[in-house]
Amino acid sequence: MSEQEMVGLAGSKRALILDPKDNVAVALADLSNGDECQVTEDSGARYNFQVTETIPFGHKFALTEMNVDDPIFKYGEEIGRMKTALPKGGWIHVHNMYCDRGLK
Amino acid sequence: MMGDKFLGFRRENGSAGVRNLIAIIPSVFCAAKVAQRIAQNVPGSVHFSHPVGCSQVGDDLDITAKTLIGVGRNPNFAGVVVVGLGCERFTPLELAQGIAPTGKMLETVVIQDVGDSIGAAEVGTRYARQMQQIASEQKREEMDVGELMIGLNCGGSDTTSGLVANPALGLASDKLVAQGGSSILTELTELIGTEHILARRAINGQVAQDILRVIHNMEERLKRQTQTSRNEKRKNLISTGNYDGGLSSVVEKSLGGMKKSGNAQFVEVFAYGDAPTQRGLLLLDGPGHDGEVTTGQVAAGAQIVCFPTGRGTPSGFPGVPVIKITGNPRTYERMKENIDINAGTVITGEKSLQQVGEEIYQEILKVASGKLSKAEVLGHDEQFCITRMP
Repeated sequence: MSEQEMVGLAGSKRALILDPKDNVAVALADLSNGDECQVTEDSGARYNFQVTETIPFGHKFALTEMNVDDPIFKYGEEIGRMKTALPKGGWIHVHNMYCDRGLK
Repeated sequence: MMGDKFLGFRRENGSAGVRNLIAIIPSVFCAAKVAQRIAQNVPGSVHFSHPVGCSQVGDDLDITAKTLIGVGRNPNFAGVVVVGLGCERFTPLELAQGIAPTGKMLETVVIQDVGDSIGAAEVGTRYARQMQQIASEQKREEMDVGELMIGLNCGGSDTTSGLVANPALGLASDKLVAQGGSSILTELTELIGTEHILARRAINGQVAQDILRVIHNMEERLKRQTQTSRNEKRKNLISTGNYDGGLSSVVEKSLGGMKKSGNAQFVEVFAYGDAPTQRGLLLLDGPGHDGEVTTGQVAAGAQIVCFPTGRGTPSGFPGVPVIKITGNPRTYERMKENIDINAGTVITGEKSLQQVGEEIYQEILKVASGKLSKAEVLGHDEQFCITRMP
């Protein structure tokens, strides 16, 4: 993420995609179920996206529909896999993902 | 190359200190209270109380020995008073002999030789008082930034650590390393899942192999510990605060954590308790406990620690400035008194990542030249903590 892309992330209802390979975005504000947020891609491109669950600041949501055992990519790397299926816009965290590395 | 400068204290062996303090170091836990009393009597001295130094064997005892010697050798200390009990396995003589080659002021007081703890504290106080007065005459001199070695450690991480605080610190670290300085990454328990990326940044094949080996060994050690644990609640590698902050796996935490090492090449992997032989970006083989990390880094010669913290932690190190950086604007608002740099300005859009990286770099120069970090002003010294071998 270059400096130009990092600038101007202020304000409410924003989220960030860190790498083109990622299938999650990181919320930069507390988002409520049904909120339309502005997602900034790694390239700097922006678009609107609706979340389908409450997503706390700093947490992740799915950019596509996820199935069981689908890999989750953040920073362009696999950070874990889905324990359960999840609709697009849903919250991804320890309740529905697993990671064999480091046992959790 | 004309590099940046700071004002430091030249030591007898040519090394550069950023503080000019007297270290009071017990060789064993039994001497800890006497060491603490000496430090209380002499402003400008710090004590290194610890729970080890006896009833240990093998690598465990050796790491204790090397670490205590390394702390005594750290150039932030103009002089050292070694405090022994007299019957311990790690002898005060060995501790003093390890520090002596630096040529710095050095005295030893042994409780059982003096007679009692009151007498030992008195003798030690006289030594520390003399050293402090001699040290007070030394002036700061201009030195190249390349003489600095910084320790990198993050604690209380949340999502913002990997997004902004660590990448900004990585920029500062790259700038220091480019001018001949050293920067130490550790926390191997929190590099799991990044070893393939780090190994690609090794200066040669040997260093790449070393990176893969030490992270693999750390993961195996953790597996053994958790597989034999009967308690399901004691198996998590990352903490509840990390989870609350949005981190869901150790790999996710690691990918953010490694960013504080910037993009420089790794020139050496070295063992806990040792000092590196190369200058540049270094990997110290040690676990992820904040205090164990920074203690290993200080024993290796780091004069300053840079410490990103998303959730916010106040801890500091005796005699070594710890610069706190948060990427979380909410944490900065709540913990202004404990946090030196607000990298949350990148999240709020007030500053760019480059600007905050430069802000951290300039703060390193200021603190190296004498500006007190917030942890120092508030007397935080919790981080001294020697790692144990299982």
